[in-house]
Amino acid sequence: MSEPAEPRARLVVERPDAPRPTDAELAREHQRLSETWRVPKGVLGWFMVVDHRSVGMRYLVTAFGFFIAAGILAALMRIQLAFPENTFLGPDKYNQIFTTHGLTMMFLFAVPVMEAMGVYLVPLMVGARNIAFPRLNAYSYYMFLFGGIFLFTALLTNTGPDTGWFSYPPLSGPEYTPGKRADVFAQLVTFTEVAALAIAVELVTTIFKLRAPGMTLNRIPLFVWAMLVTSFMVIFAMPAVVTSSTFLLLDRLVGTHFLNPAVGGDPILYQHLFWFFGHPEVYIIFIPALGMVSMIITTFTQRPTFGYIALVLSLFATGFIGFSVWVHHMFATGLPQMGLTFFTVASMLITIPTGVQIFCWIAALWKGRPQFATPLLFVIGFIVIFVFGGLSGVTLAALPLDLQVHDTFYVVAHFHYVLIGGAVFPLIGGIYYWYPKMTGRMMNETLGKANFWTLFVGFNVTFFPMHQLGLMGMPRRVYTYPAYMGWNTLNLISSLGALLLVVGGVMLVYNLVHGLRAGAPAGENPWHADSLEWATSSPPPVYNFLEVPIVEGRHAVWERSPDRPVVTGLRSDIREVLVTDVMDAEPAHRDQFPEPSIWPFLASVATGAFFVASIFTPWAVVYGLPPIGLTLIGWFWPKKPAGEHVAEMMAPGAPDPVAPDLHA
Amino acid sequence: MTATRRTLDVSALPEYAFGHQGMIWWGTVGFMVIEGSMFVMALIAYFVFRTRVAAWPPALANPDLRWGTLNTLVLLASLVPNHLTKLAAEKFELGKVRVLLLVCLVFGIAFLVIRAFEFGSLNVSWQSAAYGSIVWFLMALHTTHLLFEVGEDAVITALMFTDHVEPKRFVDVSENAFYWYFVVLTWLPIYVTVYFAPRWL
Repeated sequence: MSEPAEPRARLVVERPDAPRPTDAELAREHQRLSETWRVPKGVLGWFMVVDHRSVGMRYLVTAFGFFIAAGILAALMRIQLAFPENTFLGPDKYNQIFTTHGLTMMFLFAVPVMEAMGVYLVPLMVGARNIAFPRLNAYSYYMFLFGGIFLFTALLTNTGPDTGWFSYPPLSGPEYTPGKRADVFAQLVTFTEVAALAIAVELVTTIFKLRAPGMTLNRIPLFVWAMLVTSFMVIFAMPAVVTSSTFLLLDRLVGTHFLNPAVGGDPILYQHLFWFFGHPEVYIIFIPALGMVSMIITTFTQRPTFGYIALVLSLFATGFIGFSVWVHHMFATGLPQMGLTFFTVASMLITIPTGVQIFCWIAALWKGRPQFATPLLFVIGFIVIFVFGGLSGVTLAALPLDLQVHDTFYVVAHFHYVLIGGAVFPLIGGIYYWYPKMTGRMMNETLGKANFWTLFVGFNVTFFPMHQLGLMGMPRRVYTYPAYMGWNTLNLISSLGALLLVVGGVMLVYNLVHGLRAGAPAGENPWHADSLEWATSSPPPVYNFLEVPIVEGRHAVWERSPDRPVVTGLRSDIREVLVTDVMDAEPAHRDQFPEPSIWPFLASVATGAFFVASIFTPWAVVYGLPPIGLTLIGWFWPKKPAGEHVAEMMAPGAPDPVAPDLHA
Repeated sequence: MTATRRTLDVSALPEYAFGHQGMIWWGTVGFMVIEGSMFVMALIAYFVFRTRVAAWPPALANPDLRWGTLNTLVLLASLVPNHLTKLAAEKFELGKVRVLLLVCLVFGIAFLVIRAFEFGSLNVSWQSAAYGSIVWFLMALHTTHLLFEVGEDAVITALMFTDHVEPKRFVDVSENAFYWYFVVLTWLPIYVTVYFAPRWL
């Protein structure tokens, strides 16, 4: 590995008392940067956008669109279950609807919306101009979008998957699910995993290599740590589900026998692969929410983060232990007793890092003087609901109880408590919190508080009775129940609670839309928050920061010294960025980011066509791969370097050893 | 705010970096881990399927060793020009890089052709039992990587013969060579599994 001839430290010139630029100079710099980093306009331009704020915002809006769609499906289910022997939905429709609800919530809302927050916020929080690999980011968005359109097209044409969000064989196999419904499941997984994996790689690289100078490891904001842990979990967990859903697809399409026990295949292996992904998936959704909670609590207590190191280590511990609990989803499959005991212990172990975090937050609220603004209300709602969900989780980790309530509404209650309580409440809190940064306007605070209470009450009324229903034996995934089972009242209460949730959802959408037009201007930092995204205007300009800041403490904005040190010497006429060291964020080299391009969109069209075609014919491999290859070549084919620029870089005496007779 | 301020002038820093200092390296490693995890999952599946039947392969002939072993040797031999390409790229030796990339490309075409014969010598179809399915899965997964790597090598070779040459392109050559190691080294556990597990287990 060749190192620069001189130590890097000598290539970076520190000036203790550089003159401050005049307003006119700053205005010129703004002009140049706006031109260089401009977001393309027009219809064609829409498909060429590569900047992380636009892509992140599209991701957020699209994911919320799918959230609403899946919420409507949930409402349909609650209408059906409100009364015994209801005929509102038949069994076949109900199967498609609960499967699509689960798939949408997990693959098209929860994971993408958390990654979208990361795509939008992480580059701002670390002081970067854009996310690493911005074209891959654009590609990821289109793959996600196409996956969602694919699933809902299937549902509306009566081809919606109907074998549950995990679609176990043999039920989902060729024998018991003829037609294309299970194939839609398998390829939806592929679409969304490609999208999620791409973002994971981008975020790891952004967090490791694009932090502003001074942002050493122990100064990284907690949300950024959370996205780092999440990204690693995505990288290690998602290949397992890609493998299992590919096995399923191949068994159905070309007659392989991966999951066919008659000729040596193994359907239980499918469950192992699925849950080796599926359980970490829960933490992939939950850990970003933990990061948001820590950020919100720091801001609304206006004091340094309590237990920063403990919080970071807990995120990592949760990430690691999250990979050794998957079998607790398979307690009823007849695995060896010894193994089950191990997974019971591991499942209980995970309460330790979670407990550490909850106590850190309580201590912060206790010692600080909390302002109960809407974001903090959602965080407190999170703590309450999540502790409930955690407790029902501990009971489920116990083998005897798990066998008793397996596949009942107790499980449905548990995972809605941990997922809605653990992820959706902090997310909505996060939306109220970062909305001013993203749009430049405030959301309505009174409506926000009413919104919180509606959702909090609605949530508990909907899901708390399900614990009892489960203990009374009501199974999951049944489209109706006979009147004499004694489940009528609790189901009706639950359905009325769902009505409140719908009202809460409408309030949220109204507040979001209303704020765009009528919200009070937010200014740079309306909450007096501590992290870097609040050190630029709202919404941030296309280049994020006029001057790349130098970070002087864990709470970058609170600990800024009066002279506001910055990085200079980056070119503003090309998309130049500063790349820094992994550990200490020391300046390492400059790099040039790609321009907007249509190729990621074309590549995603080619990939999407290949995925869809491959549920119909194996020849998709032959016809589908060449277009993908061609679009990838178009994507990576570089622009010709400008002449004098090359000459300058290649000249003898340039800062690095380059062959002087390169073109000889 | 004060009248003057501290600044960090980075204008003298280089415009590219090899290895883990650069961003491309991190992207490459990210995808290696993702694809490596898929290889691991497929290998685990292979051995799980082994435990489900009495005989391995189940009532079928073993795969012939000839083509697979030949290909392993060709793949290992390709590491030599590949490594030299990486070294030459990091010294910006354009002439050497061009020649060595072409040598690598010849190796790439050779192992793709041999791979075609390998599929014929597996002595099993993907439809004959889970054994056949997973053998074809492992082979196809790795062949996809070979195709991708040879394609990438061809594009980079083309770039180095046009006027796109600039320091960053040498970083691309170096990172491409880095990925080539991954494609060759992941073959070794697959080779041992596909060709020897039926004989030893």
